[in-house]
This record gives sequence, structure tokens and C-alpha cells, in this order.
Amino acid sequence: MTKLNDSLPTLPKAPTGIKGLDEITGGGFPAGRPTLICGPAGSGKTMLSVEFLVRGATQFGEPGVFMMFEENEAELSANVRSLGFDLEKLTAQKMILLDYVHIERSEIEETGEYDLEGLFIRLGHAIDAIGAKRVVLDTVEALFAGLPNHAVLRPELRRLFRWLKDREITAVITGEKGDANITRHGLEEYVADCVIILDQRVDEQISTRRLRVVKYRGTAHGTNEYPFLIGERGLSVLPVTSLQLDHHASLERVPTGIARLDEMLGGEGVFRGSSVLVSGSAGTGKSSMGAKFVDAACRRGQRALLFVYEESSAQIVRNMRSVGIDLEPWLKTGLLQILASRPTLHGLEQHLLMIHDAVHAFGPSVVAVDPISNLTLDRRQLELIPTLMRLIDFLKQQQITTLFTSLDSGNGGTMEDTLGVSSLMDTWLLLRNVEFNGERNRTIYVLKSRGMAHTNQIREFVMSNEGIELVDVYVGADRVLTGTARVTQESRERAALEVRHRDHQRRLVQLAGKRKAIEAQIAALQEEAESSTADVNFMIAQETLQDKTSQHNTKTMAQLRGGTIGFNGQAKQETSTT
Amino acid sequence: MTTQTTSATATTSPTYELRLYVAGQTTKSIAAIANLKRICETHLAGQYRIDVIDLRLTPQLAAGDQILAIPTLVRRLPEPIKKIIGDLSNESRVLVGLDVHPLSS
Repeated sequence: MTKLNDSLPTLPKAPTGIKGLDEITGGGFPAGRPTLICGPAGSGKTMLSVEFLVRGATQFGEPGVFMMFEENEAELSANVRSLGFDLEKLTAQKMILLDYVHIERSEIEETGEYDLEGLFIRLGHAIDAIGAKRVVLDTVEALFAGLPNHAVLRPELRRLFRWLKDREITAVITGEKGDANITRHGLEEYVADCVIILDQRVDEQISTRRLRVVKYRGTAHGTNEYPFLIGERGLSVLPVTSLQLDHHASLERVPTGIARLDEMLGGEGVFRGSSVLVSGSAGTGKSSMGAKFVDAACRRGQRALLFVYEESSAQIVRNMRSVGIDLEPWLKTGLLQILASRPTLHGLEQHLLMIHDAVHAFGPSVVAVDPISNLTLDRRQLELIPTLMRLIDFLKQQQITTLFTSLDSGNGGTMEDTLGVSSLMDTWLLLRNVEFNGERNRTIYVLKSRGMAHTNQIREFVMSNEGIELVDVYVGADRVLTGTARVTQESRERAALEVRHRDHQRRLVQLAGKRKAIEAQIAALQEEAESSTADVNFMIAQETLQDKTSQHNTKTMAQLRGGTIGFNGQAKQETSTT
Repeated sequence: MTTQTTSATATTSPTYELRLYVAGQTTKSIAAIANLKRICETHLAGQYRIDVIDLRLTPQLAAGDQILAIPTLVRRLPEPIKKIIGDLSNESRVLVGLDVHPLSS
């Protein structure tokens, strides 16, 4: 790395390739300068330095020399094989050169003046042999034990680091942690550019490795202690991702596997890449919900990862079968991976790192963690939140939809945020037990769901061997009924409705009958009216006719009698009126 | 005149096979070579062989005898291997290092 004349603001960096460490240090160790890594025995100094070299050789094309003072080549190769590093192969490829420097004080007699030119020549020869850009000295403090005259050693070490800098070698020097100083022999005095402290602490019987950047000249660095893990694929330092809220917000929806639940969430499920918290007390169906969630993903042909902390993989498969979820086919086809472990097996950070590693390796579309609250077993919540936040951020960045289940303390306190993580979650589903009428029933409601319309209604959560179903609860005048109470209430309502319906029908029939009777009456009256009108007309006609007839008769009689002298009153009347 | 070594029973007439590692013609190197020759001639006449190895010329040899300090004198024979570092100016300590009883004692 010949970058001395590079841009001023940032120092050239030699990336370590170690997950998380490059994020903390802003790109890696200072290129062309020595970095001191110190810590007590067994804190992972050698592992970190080996990985620095191996990643340099395999990922960044920078050959490296590993000069060791404590283990020999064969021992080291065997030790790091567990991390998946094949030093023999890399040595054969001339990408890594291992050099074991053995100092046995009992074999050495000091007679007069000397210097460490032999070490310089040896290191120089190794560097030249493979064109190394990186060098590890593990641990140079062995020299203090091997060479009694520290008055000679100290200036020589100073010269060594100067010499490495002049050759623009990115060097890692390891050192034992001391009581008063950072290192036992005050190596930090010589290596002033970057100092990293490793530590291993046991807290509540769970040991956690931690890493802290004490000093990094010319670089803003995280000063916190970061947990790290030596896993199957090398070291991982949390944060494995930087804490930045810059993930993409997808509009794509992911069904939860329960159609009615999707309906409650605006009809389509949750957003892709969002996090769902399902909380509830024991036995509310959280695990089943998680299983249904991964099952649905597998049905869509997506990969799913399920972390369980309470049951074994086989147990989960068996138990879920009882609620109509068969996970076995997915396990066989490899779409589903179940990782079961005891929460007390590791520290929280280790668990989160394991989740991270597994997600990285498996590349799932959905992840379910059941339950996340178990991870916090007897642990301080303060520690949990940032680590969990990082995990969630990581999953979001990968656009992985995540479901966490969480055990609530009890039935009450719905708003109580047991883990303090609900604010990190996009969707929070609450499962509650409702005890009423001598039975316990499960209800579910959406406490929050960012960015989507969601119902405020409580649904009943019914699990049977046919599967999980959500049913509308009975919301009566003054209460909410679930379970058999709901069923009886519903049937009671149905019966009442039936009765009312029949009654109505009966009334209708009655009314119709009445109406018909009235109509008949009307018809009869009309008929009567009509017939009486005819009578009247007839009588009028008859009278008129009689009248005419009688007039005619009178006239005729008068004519016949030849005068107008009437002989009866009627005729007289007739004449007087004419 | 007899010399006794820690492994005196192994050979009746032990031969000292000595290697002196130096790096270039530094004052320390030159002093070491001169001191070694003098001490050997004085105390081990006829029983020794010295190889002077300049690591500036053959750096690959540094690893073989685990050389760090310069100059380093290695007693390869008789066994066990012993290392004496420094310019060998302290004669009595060199003799202790080589397990050689000084003649004049």
C-alpha cells in the first residue's frame, strides 16, 4: 500500500476484511503503519491477526508474513483451521509466510554488546521472499522474556517499528495486557498509530469477547466497546453494520400466512423488509404465528430462516403439525432452516452474531426469531437495545422481512414495552388471553403498523388442527365475547333472529289477510252502490214514462171529448198548468 | 590439558563446532570475530572449528539457528546447542556459555 501521498483528510487504510472491524475503524488498520493489538491471554489476539493476514492474502491480494514467537507453524495452522483458514495452502501459494522465532533464555548467554539485526534480516528476508505488504508479530513481548537486557531491546523495538514504517508495511503487533500500562512492557509507547484492546469478560456466567479501539491517529473511530465473536468463519465484530438509517423502503407486501391477518393490515400483509413484533404472554400462539409466517414464505418458494430458543428443531416440526403447519417438506427441500439453541449457550451478542452469520450464509427472504425475549434472560436491557437495533438494521438493509416473538410478563399491561424494542418494530401485533366464562381464548389485535391502514378491531385467534384462523369476536352492547361464549351468543342471536323473522312473516300474512277482507268488503259495497244506482235510474225512467203516458192519455181523451171541459180534477189540473 | 564438557561421556575427544553469525562488517561483528579467535586459541587450541556466517549475504540462514541478536555465537557441538550473544568481549562469560573451563583457573 503506497498511499502516502493520498488525499489528506483520510489516512490510507488497509482493510482487515473482518466483519464489523472495518466499520468501526473506518476502513481498516492504518496502511503502512503498525497497529498494536493487546489483551489478556485467550482474548483472540492471534486469531485476529491471522485473519488480518489471511483476508489480506485472499481478498485484497496482499501477501503477509506471520512471525510468531510463541507457537510454531504447525500449531498455528492447526489452531486456525477451525476458522476455516488453510495456512498450508496459502503458504504453498506464497501468499503467506510463517516464521517461528524461538527464543530460549536458558540457551542464551549475553557477552557484551549486541543488537537485533538478526531479527531484522530475518524479517526482511521473509518480506522480500513473498513481497509481503502485511506483517504480524505475535507476540513481540516474548523478546522481553528471551532477552534479558531491556536496555538493548527497547531501542531496537523502536527501530523495528520505524523500519517497518519505512518499508510501508502494514504491521500488526500483539501484546499482553499489563496492569498499569496497556501492555505489560509498554509497547504502546512505540506503536502510536492505532491501538486496539481485546477483552474477554464473564458476566452472569456468560463470557463475551469485546473489542475497543483505544487510539487511532488521524481517524474518527468508535470508542465504545464492541462485542465480537470468533465463529466458524472467522471473527465478527458488532456492529456488523453501521448504525445508519438509510435502508430502502419497499412498497412490496409480504403476506403473513394468515389471510385474515393480512386483511387486518390493509389487506396485503406487511411491507417487505419490515420487522414484525408478535408479543403476548405464554400460550397465546406466538410460536405458531412464527411458524405460519415461515411456512407461508416457503409456500411462495422463498427461503426462510427460523431461530428457536425454546424447542428443538424436531420438536417444532412435530408441534406445528398439530396446528396444521407442516414444516418438514420445506426442511427437506432446503427452503427452510431451523436453528435451535439454548439462549444461555452464548451471550446475547454471540446470538445476534450467529443470527447475522446464518443470515449471511443462507440468504433468506424471511427470518423469524422465537422468542427474542429469551435472549435477554437475566441480562440488562440496556445492552440489548443497541445490538438488537443493529441486527434489525442489518436485516432491513438486506430487505429481509422479520418476525420476532416476544414473551410478555403477563396478561395485563398491553402498552408495557417489555423489551424496549417496540419502537424498532414496524408492526406490532399483540396476542392476548381472554379469560371469561370458564375458558381461555386468544385474541389478536394490531397495536401499530407503520405506513399502512390497519384495523383497530380485535379478532379472535383460533388454532385447530386445520390451522390458524382469525374470527371476528362478538362485540355486543357492552362486552366482547370470545370462544364458546361467542359461539353461544352467536347461536342465541341466530335463534332470536329466526323467531323474529318468523313473527314478521306471520304478521305479514295476517296483514295480507286483513287487507284482502277489506278489499272484498269494498267490492261488495261498490256492487251494492252500483245496483242501487241502477234501481234509481230505472225508477226515474219508469216515472217519466208513466208521466208521458198519462199526458198523452189526457190529450187523447180531451180530443175525443171535444172540449176542454174536464171531468176530473186531473184534467183540470192539467189545463191550469199548461 | 583436558577440557570437560557437560556431555563429556559421549566423546572422549570432543570437538567444538562453532558458528558465528554476523551482519556485515560492523564494529561489533569485527570485535566478535577477533574475540572469538583469541578465546579459542587460548582455551581450545586444536579442538575447534569456526564458521563465520554473514547474514547480510545469506539471510536465509538466520531461521535455521533461530538468530535474532547479532552477533550470535552458536555452539553446535558438543550438544546441547548453546547460544552466546554479544561481541564476546566478556571472556569469562563466553567460557561459561561454551561450558569451557578456563586454562588459567
